[in-house]
Amino acid sequence: MAQTLSEKVWDAHVVRSAAGEPDLLYIDLHLIHEVTSPQAFDGLRAAGRPVRRPDLTMATEDHNVPTLDIDKPIADPISRAQVDALRANCAEFDIPLFRLGDADQGIVHVVGPQLGLTQPGMTVVCGDSHTSTHGAFGALAFGIGTSEVEHVLATQTLPLKPFKTMAINVEGHLPEGVTAKDLILAIIAKIGTGGGQGHVIEYRGPAIEALSMEQRMTICNMSIEAGARAGMIAPDETTFEFLRGKAHAPADFDAAVAYWRTLVTDPDATFDKEVTVDATALTPFVTWGTNPGQGLPLGASVPDPAQIADPTEAAAAAKALDYMGLQPGTPLRDIAVDTVFLGSCTNGRIEDLRAAAGVLEGRKVADTVTMLVVPGSVRVRLQAQEEGLDKVFTAAGAQWRNAGCSMCLAMNPDKLRPQERSASTSNRNFEGRQGPGGRTHLVSPEVAAATAVAGHLAAPADLQEV
Amino acid sequence: MEKFVTHSGVGAPLRHSNVDTDQIIPAEYLKRITRTGYEDALFSAWRADPGFVLNDPAYAQATVLVAGPDFGTGSSREHAVWALNDYGFKVVVSSRFADIFRGNAGKGGLVTAEVEQAVVEQLWAYLEAEPGAQITVDLQARQLHAGEVTADFVIDDYVRWRLLEGLDDIGITLQHSDEIAAFEKARAEFLPTTR
Ligand code: SF4
Repeated sequence: MAQTLSEKVWDAHVVRSAAGEPDLLYIDLHLIHEVTSPQAFDGLRAAGRPVRRPDLTMATEDHNVPTLDIDKPIADPISRAQVDALRANCAEFDIPLFRLGDADQGIVHVVGPQLGLTQPGMTVVCGDSHTSTHGAFGALAFGIGTSEVEHVLATQTLPLKPFKTMAINVEGHLPEGVTAKDLILAIIAKIGTGGGQGHVIEYRGPAIEALSMEQRMTICNMSIEAGARAGMIAPDETTFEFLRGKAHAPADFDAAVAYWRTLVTDPDATFDKEVTVDATALTPFVTWGTNPGQGLPLGASVPDPAQIADPTEAAAAAKALDYMGLQPGTPLRDIAVDTVFLGSCTNGRIEDLRAAAGVLEGRKVADTVTMLVVPGSVRVRLQAQEEGLDKVFTAAGAQWRNAGCSMCLAMNPDKLRPQERSASTSNRNFEGRQGPGGRTHLVSPEVAAATAVAGHLAAPADLQEV
Repeated sequence: MEKFVTHSGVGAPLRHSNVDTDQIIPAEYLKRITRTGYEDALFSAWRADPGFVLNDPAYAQATVLVAGPDFGTGSSREHAVWALNDYGFKVVVSSRFADIFRGNAGKGGLVTAEVEQAVVEQLWAYLEAEPGAQITVDLQARQLHAGEVTADFVIDDYVRWRLLEGLDDIGITLQHSDEIAAFEKARAEFLPTTR
């Protein structure tokens, strides 16, 4: 029978299937971080159970860790306790851990791919919703809860009912100056934050095939923001070339590639849901509200809730504008920001840093703006330094930080103050996400850099030539 | 998980309906890193009131909580079940449970015994008339007894089977360890390990 990509990967991992029961799915890679794992380890200890496959498990410190003074003990006692618990648990259960300061430490969804641990056709889970990032390699990757973390630690499997399938066909090519971030923000604005609920989204079409692996990760990362369980992109030459030579790439690379090539949706397979998007019509895209679906092209103006037909949407828009401190009709380009955050598992990779540095080269961050540049991992930071990008950032007046989640969720000291406004390359603009009372506009790295220079939301094309 | 077949223990009458999970355990306790040690968090706001039922020494050893309808509504926090367990409760009796709470309870080995509200009223009257009296909860027979009161209760078949067998979800999966091992043997050589 003709199958979609996600169905093929699912079927290849069913350990056991019985009528009236969920399928028992084998997990190839389990990623762990400090926030959602302590109770799971506690559960294992209480039941006297070992970790079945520590060799398929990997941990890193990312959510809580500071991005300054990383050689000193973590100042916040609650954060320190969580990090210490992770260290003790990994030592007790023999799980490889990348600690703050290690060369391979960083955001879990940046570290896995850069080590080559994420490969096509695998099942990947983590107690973190943005596990969907790894779907960029044609892996079935999804976030799980703490009980499920314990279940995977103990059994290397999860009992699950199959997900529904959804295709997003992106026709044409992205115009010059339009990025993967703009595309995914436009997709979420189109289908809504619940548009993918219960589904695995497969992104397809010429615009997707033309993307680099890092851009594909940006797209899959935000699948969860459309409500989907996971996002996937079929592996191709771009994927294979990215993996070749990586630390954990298969020794028998050709055998792996031969299998990976079969990981495509069959021509006559059908999806439960299909959506088509025209890439050629897109321009830089930013959010104005408090969920990732509340976005518009940068050239647009803040919407008027009174003009929104759907009463629920209208009420949500009014509430969002109130929180965001915005007036209907204000051109988005007129919105001034205090802070620019470049980083996160959405846009904290080397290509993102290069893109932003390209805009900042020879320019200055506006006096009214604080810009934080937080590499997604230590490797990204080192690579950027090798390329001299850190010099570009600091010469422009931006702060060059150490790796971690940082201001994406403000569990560490990097926070917005109440009513401060940011342009952020992260993935969530929820109320208080970047600090209590903080106001977030989601943007691409290019728009973030241009905004830092202009002092208000802007695209690189808006800036004066240097 | 320990097998649950039958349990006898002191019953505590909680004369409240809509006991939401914010009441069972306030959000400030969710920052902790453990799955156990939440006994102080259970009903922490209510326990500040000296008149609260659990502050009465007669109910100090209570293991069966008898509450009004819509127990466990609100947030999905698994901590609510952990806090009840840690305090020592084995069973919650109510005339209606919130779905998510009931699911979490089943995972954590806490029995949710659903009875008619009339039975709850009878139990409240009995437990208040004889503070420190026991309730027996027979999961095999799906029946509870307290003084003159005998009543059938409702619990999901699959959850009941799991509790009787003392199996949590992980325990059930581990029964299929052979199949997991066989699957592992057949996995492709080129798949990565984290070593
Ligand atoms: S960068 Fe943000 S979204 Fe990504 S894992 Fe960290 S906190 Fe979550």
